[in-house]
Amino acid sequence: MSIQNTWDQWPDEHGRFGDFGGRYVAETLMPLILDLETEYRAAKEDPAFAAEMDDLWKHYVGRPSPLYFAERLSEHHGGAKIYFKRDELNHTGAHKINNCLGQILLAKRMGKTRIIAETGAGQHGVATATVCARFGLPCVVFMGETDVERQKPNVFRMKLLGAEIVPVSSGTGTLKDAMNEALRDWVTNVDSTFYCIGTAAGPHPYPELVRDFQSVIGREAREQIQEREGRLPDAVMACIGGGSNAIGLFHPFIEDENVRLIGVEAAGHGVETGEHAAALNGGLPGILHGNKTYLLQSEDGQIIDAHSISAGLDYPGIGPEHAFLRDTGRAEYLTCTDQEALDAFQLCTRLEGIIPALEPAHALARVGEVANDLGPDGLLIMNLCGRGDKDVFSVAEALGVEI
Amino acid sequence: MPVSRITARFDKAKAENRAVLVAYLMAGDPDLETSYEALCALRDNGADIIELGAPFTDPMADGPAIQKAGLRSLAAGTTLKDTLALAKRFREDDPDTPLILMGYANPVHLMGYETFAEAASQAGVDGSIIVDLPPEEDAPLRAAYATRDLAVIRMATPTTTESRMKTVAENASGFVYYVAIAGITGAGSADPEDIREGVDMARRVSGLPVCVGFGVKNGEQAAAMAHIADGVVVGSAFVDNAKTAQESGDLGLAASGMGRLAKELSEAIRSVRLEPSAT
Repeated sequence: MSIQNTWDQWPDEHGRFGDFGGRYVAETLMPLILDLETEYRAAKEDPAFAAEMDDLWKHYVGRPSPLYFAERLSEHHGGAKIYFKRDELNHTGAHKINNCLGQILLAKRMGKTRIIAETGAGQHGVATATVCARFGLPCVVFMGETDVERQKPNVFRMKLLGAEIVPVSSGTGTLKDAMNEALRDWVTNVDSTFYCIGTAAGPHPYPELVRDFQSVIGREAREQIQEREGRLPDAVMACIGGGSNAIGLFHPFIEDENVRLIGVEAAGHGVETGEHAAALNGGLPGILHGNKTYLLQSEDGQIIDAHSISAGLDYPGIGPEHAFLRDTGRAEYLTCTDQEALDAFQLCTRLEGIIPALEPAHALARVGEVANDLGPDGLLIMNLCGRGDKDVFSVAEALGVEI
Repeated sequence: MPVSRITARFDKAKAENRAVLVAYLMAGDPDLETSYEALCALRDNGADIIELGAPFTDPMADGPAIQKAGLRSLAAGTTLKDTLALAKRFREDDPDTPLILMGYANPVHLMGYETFAEAASQAGVDGSIIVDLPPEEDAPLRAAYATRDLAVIRMATPTTTESRMKTVAENASGFVYYVAIAGITGAGSADPEDIREGVDMARRVSGLPVCVGFGVKNGEQAAAMAHIADGVVVGSAFVDNAKTAQESGDLGLAASGMGRLAKELSEAIRSVRLEPSAT
């Protein structure tokens, strides 16, 4: 593979990142995703589309999000300077809305009148319901039963926003099952419906378009760090579930080979226990939800349910571009257990006065080691991709506190 | 020697001026022994072609009936190897009934396309329908099938345009599986008149027989579809018998119920003499 300095040329015309990605969908969906690709290419070329996105990002979402020097956390670890890209300050409290706005504008261009989405932690569901409310579109959110239970505040928020919540009981009632059900709805309502996928996975062109919409994170960070420090960072870090916040941060740095790209997967009770969500560190290449990527699977190719304390990382797969970046060595992928994430959650809250979501708490748990590895002259940016309000109940439970 | 058993079966039905009955069951639902008996019952009661489902945890194109069939089978520990072994056992004393494996890509991908093709060929399987391997993604499977008597069966739907059908037809073999409704298996049924044009187009473009499935549950619906298609596929209605059998605790009900349904469907299809334009 000739990949030197051509990192940003992927995916190829077949929707592949190296051997990963593609369009592994039933024939019923093929006309739709081919259509979506054509529409997306046209939208990408249309200055009016970009202008509308920019306007909404600025005035509705509150972009650019700040780049914040986490001084006390940096001192605590005693290594590189740690910056937070504060995507938790976005409207709706996470990076998810960056992508939702893009996809809903695309749906409008395509004349679609009904939006469906899957959600795990509820952040993508809330973001989709929010944008649908803003544009007056009916919204149906598929959510695993287990997640409905552990993310009650977000379920209520979505209902307030006018979305219909469909609890999914198949499988273990988590994110992958919600995605199966959303795909089933989509094949049944092909004419009217746009499927707003929440992460940089699924059939081509979703991994590409979600990445492009989320790349606003990395573009801003790149500009902001140069303004603050006069140079590029030595490493950028993010947590990985499906991997949309990470690819959004990574991508604008992808050609800068001196910038380390570091993703952190959820190790649950530990990768060695088999109860985790670390597809890259504990999975094998396979085919699910429209793309070829690393998956948690049995020896027979059956999908194994993921486990993580964080509902947003509780997915047995990973976006195909991450699979590619891992196999080529361009990015590094670490892991973090439930307990380590809980510890980091508390540390950040106490030291910085920022309550992070449990998802970025996974990246926070590895920040110290990377900062030490880079040394005191180093610069590190971590994407604080969501705020922790939604998690206070599950954290209290994990800490044995009654509230 | 391309897909000889399948072709022979369509030729036979054509000689009898009728459509074929394609019956689906999930391998290992609720266990492999019951599936074997069910396979024989289907064959003995007029099923012309049998689709043997390989269970998968995440069957994104299937409705609740087949989803649950897959979960029952997986709960019994059925693997892709077991499914192939079941096919082989059936083939040992049935040299003629075409057997099609139907499933999802991941278990096949993990086994390896070449290994899978060899095992399927050894088991006397005649082809496969891999739901999430559209023409754009099935090159490795086709390469593995090319040297063997195995059909790459592809799907067409009411959303398939003529230009898309050309892509679907290229390198397809055996027959075309025409999905009658945009949706999942076991959902509502289509009006044959609504899909007649699409079925004709699929047949004309591919030069292959076209079998219609999704939403066909009883003899009346099967007969209606037999007017416009070369074959009628029934799945969820068969699979429901395995559910009933497991819930009642009498596993024998699976084979007897499937046999009864096959007889009803087969008689209904045979009552329809195809119009000359559809043959």
